[in-house]
Amino acid sequence: MTRRVVITGVGAITPLGVGAEPLIERWIAGECGIEDGEGRCREFVATDFLSKKEARRSDRFAQMAVVAAKEAIGQAGFGEELPYEPHRVGCVVGTGIGGLPSLEENQGKLIERGPKAVSPLAVPLMMGNAAAAAVAMQHGLRGHCYGVVSACAAGAHALGDASRIIRAGDADAVISGGAEAAISGVAIAAFGAMEATSPTGISRPFDARRDGFVIGEGAGILVLEEKEAAEARGATILGELLGYGATCDAFHLTAPQPEGTEAARAISLAIADAGLTAPDIDYVNAHGTSTPLNDRSETVALKAALGERAADIPVSSTKSAIGHLLGAAGAVEAIATVEALRRRTAPPTVGWEEADEGLDLDYVPGASKPIENGEGPLVAISDSFGFGGHNAVLVLAA
Amino acid sequence: MPTDVTPENVEKTIYDGLVELGTERDELSREATLEDLDVDSLDLVELAQIVEDEFGVELKGDDVKDVKTVGEVIDLVVSKSS
Repeated sequence: MTRRVVITGVGAITPLGVGAEPLIERWIAGECGIEDGEGRCREFVATDFLSKKEARRSDRFAQMAVVAAKEAIGQAGFGEELPYEPHRVGCVVGTGIGGLPSLEENQGKLIERGPKAVSPLAVPLMMGNAAAAAVAMQHGLRGHCYGVVSACAAGAHALGDASRIIRAGDADAVISGGAEAAISGVAIAAFGAMEATSPTGISRPFDARRDGFVIGEGAGILVLEEKEAAEARGATILGELLGYGATCDAFHLTAPQPEGTEAARAISLAIADAGLTAPDIDYVNAHGTSTPLNDRSETVALKAALGERAADIPVSSTKSAIGHLLGAAGAVEAIATVEALRRRTAPPTVGWEEADEGLDLDYVPGASKPIENGEGPLVAISDSFGFGGHNAVLVLAA
Repeated sequence: MPTDVTPENVEKTIYDGLVELGTERDELSREATLEDLDVDSLDLVELAQIVEDEFGVELKGDDVKDVKTVGEVIDLVVSKSS
């Protein structure tokens, strides 16, 4: 008997606001949360949600994960007591970088005042698994628990791993997603030095004028549960994580392989894992970073994997509305995808105006449009690709 | 220049330090136990850094491992300086 994985709760902190609702509603309305060339979560103040002590013991990325997890777990209807035995509930949270601001702060103390000034909290604040550990501790989750680190694919890899843990029978539920808060000195300088970020501060994926990504921050956490167990406890099912495919370009440290061969393979693997074929896909939530290279190679990959279907379905990028949330992107975008399917609406690639040669898919310019395919559940893929050549693709239905 | 190590000065620094670490000020007293205040080993290391910055008195992990109350922390700092 195949174990299936459903989504019963979502929570998000994004530049569009605190909560999954503002993320999807504002994106569908064509709004953009980027200000001054950065996708900061200006509404998120940790101590509004956490005690002073809790806030001090987490870097911002882990704080955001904890708050997003509270929202997701609340929506899933978990009470004070978990609906499953604690060892049957896991926690897998991705991040691209981890607690970089904490590292920078303590490096500053080390240089200015010497080793005795370095905080004993520095390591637990900056470690890449801190978000997973903090969420697990908050809710007493005692199953598989770890961080996933694969740059901008981390959120999708985390969800893919989480679904595998449930399908393998090692857990009945996994709290999973991604978190990132690295809009700080070293990251801004480094991404700028490699000319990955937009000098104009505009995120316009797939547009001819695109000139780099806009750095963002945030977190997305989902409650994944085994379908029959979720139904047995009467949970409201928001959607299903049907398939997962992952590959590596093994090509270049940062640049995607121009032909998108391995990205296309990840898409095909994910669709096959879902037991589907390309004509079953109704919407693509693209990785769509707004970098010249990604958006071209992703378009090539989508055409290779989806064939003629690629030209018939809407393809839009959440990053047009919130910037690039790095290790949180895949998870936040999975939430946006499921919520878009639930509303049978493809949100727009905000700001798209000018077609680029060869980039000729329907990028949903201007305004949202209906996702059309009868009355039944809709199916989408959500792409995530990371520096290092990491490709992770999810197939979601709602 | 380090601050003079008087019981009053040490109490003020310890209280301020614990508040900075997330303890509620109205829960503080000499008799309050570290356990009740949810002050753990990581908090004590941070508190030791604050004390050393203020008074130049160094507290090691071994020094504080048997300390149970806020008053005992204060007394320990005062005794270490003399």
